[in-house]
Amino acid sequence: MTTDSTKAAPDRAALPAQSPPVDPAQTEAAAGHAATAKAPNRGRIPFWSGEGGEGARRNLGLLATLVVLVVIGIATRPDLYGNASWVWGNTLTILKLASVVGVVTVGMTFVIIGGGIDLSVGAIVALAGVWCTTVATQSYGAGGMIFSALVVGLAVGVVNGLLISYGKLVPFIATLAMMVAARGLAAEISDKQTQVSDNQFINGIASTSLLGIPLLVYILAAVVIAGWVLLNRTTFGRRTVAVGGNAEAARLAGINVRLHTLLLYALSGLCCGIAAIMLTAQANSAQAAMANLYELDAIAAAIIGGTLLSGGRGTIVGSLLGVIIFSTITNLFAINGLSTEAQNMVKGGIIVAAVLIQQVQFGNLGTRFGRKRASTA
Amino acid sequence: MTSHGRDLSRRRLLFGGAALGAGALLVGCTSNEEKPTEAQTKAAANESGGNSEPGKKVTIGFSAPAADHGWIAAITNNAKAQAGAYSDVEFKSVEAGADAAAQRAALSTLLSQKPDVIVLLPHDGKELNAFGLEAMKAGIPVVNLDRAFPDAKAYRLQIKGDNYGMGVAAATFIVEQLKAKGVSNPVIGEIAGIDSLELTQERSKGFADTLAQNGLKVANRRAAEFTADSGQQAATGLFQALPKIDAIWNHDDDQGIGVLAAVNQANRKEFFMVGGAGSKKAMEDIQADNTVLKATVTYSPSMASSAISLARLIGQGRGMSDLVELQVPKEIVLASETITKENASDYLKLGF
Repeated sequence: MTTDSTKAAPDRAALPAQSPPVDPAQTEAAAGHAATAKAPNRGRIPFWSGEGGEGARRNLGLLATLVVLVVIGIATRPDLYGNASWVWGNTLTILKLASVVGVVTVGMTFVIIGGGIDLSVGAIVALAGVWCTTVATQSYGAGGMIFSALVVGLAVGVVNGLLISYGKLVPFIATLAMMVAARGLAAEISDKQTQVSDNQFINGIASTSLLGIPLLVYILAAVVIAGWVLLNRTTFGRRTVAVGGNAEAARLAGINVRLHTLLLYALSGLCCGIAAIMLTAQANSAQAAMANLYELDAIAAAIIGGTLLSGGRGTIVGSLLGVIIFSTITNLFAINGLSTEAQNMVKGGIIVAAVLIQQVQFGNLGTRFGRKRASTA
Repeated sequence: MTSHGRDLSRRRLLFGGAALGAGALLVGCTSNEEKPTEAQTKAAANESGGNSEPGKKVTIGFSAPAADHGWIAAITNNAKAQAGAYSDVEFKSVEAGADAAAQRAALSTLLSQKPDVIVLLPHDGKELNAFGLEAMKAGIPVVNLDRAFPDAKAYRLQIKGDNYGMGVAAATFIVEQLKAKGVSNPVIGEIAGIDSLELTQERSKGFADTLAQNGLKVANRRAAEFTADSGQQAATGLFQALPKIDAIWNHDDDQGIGVLAAVNQANRKEFFMVGGAGSKKAMEDIQADNTVLKATVTYSPSMASSAISLARLIGQGRGMSDLVELQVPKEIVLASETITKENASDYLKLGF
């Protein structure tokens, strides 16, 4: 490991000069190593991007996209944007809209950085939501509902993890199977009906505000901060990057890759459990068809946030920005009264554009920064 | 090492115990004792003479999509319950799976069992039209439920709801109310169902046409997905777009649960809302009159019960006893009725 990483470290300095996306597997493996190996030197790296300037630049690009979206909003609906209290309320609405998918995306980001994929998140949210709104669970009150949603989410995540790490199933297949099975179980439990939540505490989660900011936004913030700390400030996070970067090297370095993979899917499941409570609160109900296609929303947000689909790289902040961009687009289309079809086309376009722009800009910036760094060094 | 090992095993025991306990508690939590609704049947015993008299034994094959929606669930339950009410009907149900292709496969196994009549709610009328033709050619009458086959030769009887009429009924109620209130230049919002479905387009067309006749139009239209969570999101978007609203039509009462949640969360009370389909919850809300929901326009799943009754008559070669004709008619379109506080109690038994 030591020789390996010392070799990897000089590679990394030269990295930005090359165009990383050309051979992601190799460069990312190196980057993953370097990040683990260079942990003590982290003082020079901006605090909000675990992997040096790359993430920071990427996130700036996302912020610029957000600004463009807001400017489009101002240009198309100046009457609404002229009202300060509407703008504040709308910002909170966008964040509320982002909150459920945001929590799911944090879990998804860990799984993807760890080299996997979780297609079952939407189904887990639905199953946990349905499970916590059955008549029997509701009789235990809010505590029972929250408990069952979290445990169901966690348990399904653990099953995913066991199938993948110890059952040696490809993540895509295992979670695809879970997606179908969990929705089936949810439909079975709910008898295909919409289960209304009569619990005022649960429903209140979506309508309560503290200091003018909705509780849902606090939950999102708490999950994002916890995710950021876990990814950037703990051994668990470093191991996640290492496992996703190069599982074999991570195993040789003494990381229990199987256990770690299991924990990643369990974490994703737990996030889905939290999201299930939030979504149930928002809709005052749960049903087997809820959280439809959230897996795709979460994956898309993580991707445009700069998480590498092959693993080994990604940031929580980037994923959060990705989610917020999507909910801003949804909001933009709503306030302009445009159809969902057009919205979906734009979303698809944005995913492609974001990845393309990141590559192009990234390459250019990389070269420029690479030169600068080379000349100063 | 030993102390470490014991430590580990104790921890495992703790974790294992906790997991088992949680599991046991959770399994208990799946029970849904409270049966939400009773099926809508017309009890055979209550009628005297006429169609209810037992006749030739009839085997009815039934297929409807396995969609996760209260309405579809009610369709299947109603069909089953109505078949159970007749002593001379044998009911064979096949799950239609997730899409048209799966339903076609399920139907071909049904066809090979040679039922006397097939009652079919297709995933998509156009896609399963060919099956209707095939079955009719094989001499098995097809009762086409709700989603219509375009080809008249593909069915013996078509019984369906009136999507366009729903839009008309909703718009009519809204126009009446706005006139009564004397609102000028009203802001009207619409929350539609799944936009790619023909039924959604028909509903919206009926709504828009009727509003246009009165010189009004929809200010903003958001499409949801017939689920409560999508309804909540669509409604939230609508509220952001329209700071002041006078009336909203929401196409579906199931997604309406989410819409009403969004109304509470946004604390918007300045408008009234009309629902669609006629769920039991919506009727109760209308009756209680403590939400913005003031009316709903029906699209009743009771049509499945009627379809089974008529399929039985077709199988026995009998007509409807109240009509002069010796055979069952070819087409029946249910009227979309408007449920308000005044008549909600009459309709409550038809809610799903």
